[in-house]
Amino acid sequence: MVFTPEKAAIRFGEGLSPQQTLPSSIDALLEQLTGPDHSAEAHQIPPFGALLPALSKVEDARKAYRRARGTEQEEARQNAFKRARRVLLGDRMRDHQQFLARSLTTDAPFRERLVRFWGDHFTSAPRQPFLAYTGPNYLEEAIRPHIAGRFADMLKAAVTHPSMLVYLDQVASFGPNSRAARGRRGLNENLAREVIELHSLGVGGAYTQRDVKQLAKLLTGLTAGFPKGFAFRPARAEPGAEQVLGRSYGGDAPSLDDIYAVLEDLATHPDTGAHLARKLAVHFCSDAPDEGMVASMADAYRDNSGALLSVYEAMLRHPFAWESFGQKVKQPIDFVTSSLRAIGLPAASLGKLSRKEMQSYLTGPMASMGQPWFRPLGPDGWAEAAEAWITPQGLAARLQWAMAAPSAFFRGLPDPRGFVETSLGSLADERLRFVAGAAETRREGIALVLASPGFQRR
Amino acid sequence: MQRRRFLTGLGCSLAASPFVTPVSFAATGGEKRLVVIILRGGMDGMDALRPTGDPLFAQYRPRLAAERGLPLDGFYELHPALSDLMPLWKAGDLAFAPAVSTPYRDKRSHFDGQDLLEAGTGMDVTLPRDGWLNRLLQVMPGATSETAFSVGREDMRLLSGSAPVSSWSPEARLDMSPQARLLLQEVYHGDALFREAGEEAVLIADSLGVSSDDSFGMSKSEMREARTRAVQGSQAEVLARFAAARLNEHARIAAFSLPGWDTHRGQRAAMSRALGGLQGAVLTLKSELGANWGQTAVVAMTEFGRTARENGSVGTDHGTGGAMLLAGGAINGGRVFGDWPGLEEAVLYARRDLMPVTDVRAYPAWLMQGLFGVNQSALELSIFPGLKLQRDPGVLL
Repeated sequence: MVFTPEKAAIRFGEGLSPQQTLPSSIDALLEQLTGPDHSAEAHQIPPFGALLPALSKVEDARKAYRRARGTEQEEARQNAFKRARRVLLGDRMRDHQQFLARSLTTDAPFRERLVRFWGDHFTSAPRQPFLAYTGPNYLEEAIRPHIAGRFADMLKAAVTHPSMLVYLDQVASFGPNSRAARGRRGLNENLAREVIELHSLGVGGAYTQRDVKQLAKLLTGLTAGFPKGFAFRPARAEPGAEQVLGRSYGGDAPSLDDIYAVLEDLATHPDTGAHLARKLAVHFCSDAPDEGMVASMADAYRDNSGALLSVYEAMLRHPFAWESFGQKVKQPIDFVTSSLRAIGLPAASLGKLSRKEMQSYLTGPMASMGQPWFRPLGPDGWAEAAEAWITPQGLAARLQWAMAAPSAFFRGLPDPRGFVETSLGSLADERLRFVAGAAETRREGIALVLASPGFQRR
Repeated sequence: MQRRRFLTGLGCSLAASPFVTPVSFAATGGEKRLVVIILRGGMDGMDALRPTGDPLFAQYRPRLAAERGLPLDGFYELHPALSDLMPLWKAGDLAFAPAVSTPYRDKRSHFDGQDLLEAGTGMDVTLPRDGWLNRLLQVMPGATSETAFSVGREDMRLLSGSAPVSSWSPEARLDMSPQARLLLQEVYHGDALFREAGEEAVLIADSLGVSSDDSFGMSKSEMREARTRAVQGSQAEVLARFAAARLNEHARIAAFSLPGWDTHRGQRAAMSRALGGLQGAVLTLKSELGANWGQTAVVAMTEFGRTARENGSVGTDHGTGGAMLLAGGAINGGRVFGDWPGLEEAVLYARRDLMPVTDVRAYPAWLMQGLFGVNQSALELSIFPGLKLQRDPGVLL
């Protein structure tokens, strides 16, 4: 089995669409990553940094309301806070809609898939009020610019991002002997552990608790706050040098350069290349990927100093990338976006949804499918195994959504017989063609196509 | 025309399929019930069950232990957020085990820790794909697919394996026309993963009465209702209520998980929230199980405990020895099982974590022994390979 445009679009893209042309070759797939980012232009999402004034304003309004409790001003301040919050949440909901709209209309879907993959690798889902809705803005700033660049640059951008610093508690970490700790505050090793375990070497990598603790000390000084966002505060940094994986960092005046240096070294560590190669292979190709493919991807990572494009290319040029077609099951987000893309839902329809409709049609059902959108349970992100998603309750949620949602979006659904062709092309089997024609209503016919293994697998 | 031929052409295979013919679950013998709650994120055992009798405790945790707990037995105090469980303690329906852990050591990863907790093995083997609670079913005579229920949206590794189990989330429904069901069976025919999940979904939805033959184009009110259900579907009390309803029928084993225990900072608020959920789950199980509570053992366990000392941000980092909660009318409660290892730095694990004194698997092993009559060799060889089961300290009445 070799490359075909349909497989490429389904496996490494957002699925087939009545509007978009298919990638004609592996080169064309890779060019999706290096060409101009039309999708980001068409559906703009402000980077996280651009939100800081708005976030600060809501935070200030919240504090003002809190201070005014029990005074005459309480009601006025409360209303001001509620108003500011409503504006912020409305804007964030539009960002979420734009994020989805890109998947529905993009001519470079491999890019959107990689943004989600790396966004999951660098999961940041702070629960703090207001920050909880800024997932798309975090991805826009820390992930999207780097998906075809060097991994080290993405690692630095994600690990030092305000969203991550809050999510993994770095903002609460102080060098125990630093000036700012004043003998009362100290170390929090959450970020340091996940940087090694999840973001770089992987849990199977060659590190110990000692490396975690030393890295935690080295990362002190990194913090974030309003209204400026990221900050490096030497007064919080632990004095002295730290040893991480056998190398010494720092020792003179605390400096951000030492932190970038350790992240650079973590990125180029051979265990990191192997970890990332396997993770990509598992996400795109198979829950049990071919070892030869993983090795060739890890080699590409090593030989090209962590240039991600070379790793993707090694994956796409390996026969297993095509032989294993159908082994992966779409995650709920991919199931939902590829369904809407196949139906040909215009992006403008998304923009018309109210907050409640967004919950009813999209985010609520996705939570029932097992994927509360942008709110994974932990920093390890979403499960990969097909069995983790296709449970009785997870499949029931997919069926319910397939039956009910497309008609809620769309008057005049397409003919199910034609829909088999637009959604699966030559990959549709005879059984499914028959079923689509045998359904009693258009709505159920479309639902059965969407519910089919042929549509849900890739 | 074509449709009719299809309907008649399938012939006798239809009769056996849950897509078409309602199938009822068979009842299993035995009235004993076991509920396993997985606390994901690493519960700080020393905060839930506070060893205030150890002089070093207050020194290690000046801020976390500032607010007093509720005295249990002169040595331990209960976290204030569990205060509504005091009547259970007094009635002998609540017990704890401090300083327990899985065989997992040193890397302190949540995800590896949880995998090992659910696999039920030691560190020395490659993790099997099945979970220990599934391996219990494999040796339980008369176990059917409805004997054990995995509750919630999450895939519970603990219950996965070759023995059939039921898996459902409280908010899930299945509304499809009879024709759509038939056609779905056809679509899933050649794909084992989808076929089995689909058959189970239909079977469970029908038996729970959460199916209809009217697939709906979502009206506003239906969507609103679905949304409300979806929001509630992950709440501790909703999960517990659903589990209890299953246990009041044919199920004898239920498992679900509660997240939110990874308290690196702001632990006072986070712990109160998480313990509030656990307390709500236990109280809901008790009230919903009614008379069956007397036949029930609940065990709540976590992947690891946390550092003995509070960290620099009024929280705790990943550790080793943790604590376990046992509840239910079948539990010989009102006591704390197991020894206290002490908190002197020399007896801490790696000079930072509470030293585990008991394998966390021992307690569910004793429960399975007492509730279901599982013999020791099955426990040590198959359900918990590598476990050396000591004498039961009398966890059950």
